[in-house]
Amino acid sequence: MLDSQEQARFETLVLPHLDSAHNLARWLLHGGADAEDAAQEAMLRAYRFFAGFRGGDARAWLLQIVRNTCLTWMQKNRHGKDTDEFDEEVHGPPGPTPEALAIAADSRGRLTQALESLPSRFREVIVLRELEGCSYKEIAIITSIPIGTVMSTLSRARRQLHLALTGPADKESIHEL
Amino acid sequence: MNCDRAGAVVHGYFDNELDAVGAAEFELHLEQCSECAYALEDLESLHSSIGLAQLYERAPATLRTKILASLGPPLPVAAFPSRTVWRWLAIAAAILLATYASWRVTSLGHSGNDDAVLAAEIVDAHLRSLQPGHLTDVISTDRHTVKPWFDGKLDFSPPVQDFGDQGFPLQGGRIDVVHGRSVAALVYVRRKHFVNVFIWPTDEKDRGPSSGSQQGYQWLEWRRGGMEFCAVSDAAASALEQLQSLITSN
Repeated sequence: MLDSQEQARFETLVLPHLDSAHNLARWLLHGGADAEDAAQEAMLRAYRFFAGFRGGDARAWLLQIVRNTCLTWMQKNRHGKDTDEFDEEVHGPPGPTPEALAIAADSRGRLTQALESLPSRFREVIVLRELEGCSYKEIAIITSIPIGTVMSTLSRARRQLHLALTGPADKESIHEL
Repeated sequence: MNCDRAGAVVHGYFDNELDAVGAAEFELHLEQCSECAYALEDLESLHSSIGLAQLYERAPATLRTKILASLGPPLPVAAFPSRTVWRWLAIAAAILLATYASWRVTSLGHSGNDDAVLAAEIVDAHLRSLQPGHLTDVISTDRHTVKPWFDGKLDFSPPVQDFGDQGFPLQGGRIDVVHGRSVAALVYVRRKHFVNVFIWPTDEKDRGPSSGSQQGYQWLEWRRGGMEFCAVSDAAASALEQLQSLITSN
């Protein structure tokens, strides 16, 4: 338990990033109530570990905890039936135009579905970069990817998302509907 | 894919993660390599689609309350308080939080938390403006057209300038609503990225810029001469700083 001064520091530095924590948990855990529970659990863990926070980027520090919490959560709840690796070379039709991409991505549903279809290691970098606006350095801290490979991971992740949006509809996800 | 830069370096460039030399080299390369130019367009298109789809999922307000309640009061107490005490504490925390939340919604940008609320509203307003037909009410690159357009529509007169020569051409303006009040929004463009500059009057003292990012958008906020300015864009943070110094130096 923290003293009142430390607790106030926690509430100023860490708690304001609750939206970021929730957003990352939502995309890692495929949504809903699980995301809320995981974000809460991560926030309480952060509170317990706060004495070990040396200052600096509080959001990256919190998101690292969120990610670990979610990974544990996925293992525990056998949530980890993550999408099979998607072979971009086989599935990919050659370059659609940006206009086609924009139209295809127009609906929130399609984009959500496409993002959900990515393996989590790709999904998380897209969420951190495109939704959270994290720098490569922050992404490296949060995901434990070496900083030198953040760019290539993002590049592969975006290519897959692009293909998931413009390529043939995923049979499995249609089946789920 | 024939050009190896179209595979990865273009991402570093798009994300503003290349150093100055790397970025300059890539820009030279970009002039000759159509593959990289297409790749860059694809990235921009994907980025704006993601922005427009509003995929960011904020925490529900109840979650914050729950967490604050479970943090409990600071400083451990010797004996375990009874269940009833906890319940009352939780209720008290919820009331305090609700009071605090309504207070900060009614006051404009004072502390970090207020900035976060303001930033969220500004980013929302920016996203709304990118919907087809919403960007500008008055389309003009001429400040002598844009400035008088605001007359009679607002209870203040926003400073309007064009920085076309410095790489930020004025596109026009519109009235927007931030924190429940009407504000002026000036639209600039920076290498295909739209920048909204929201302006409204304030009684607060001048203040240097503070910045942040939200949902992948950069924002920069400052106060000068009785006006509050907030610029937001998916362009690089450095571009916003450049625009800020142009606005303040004129």
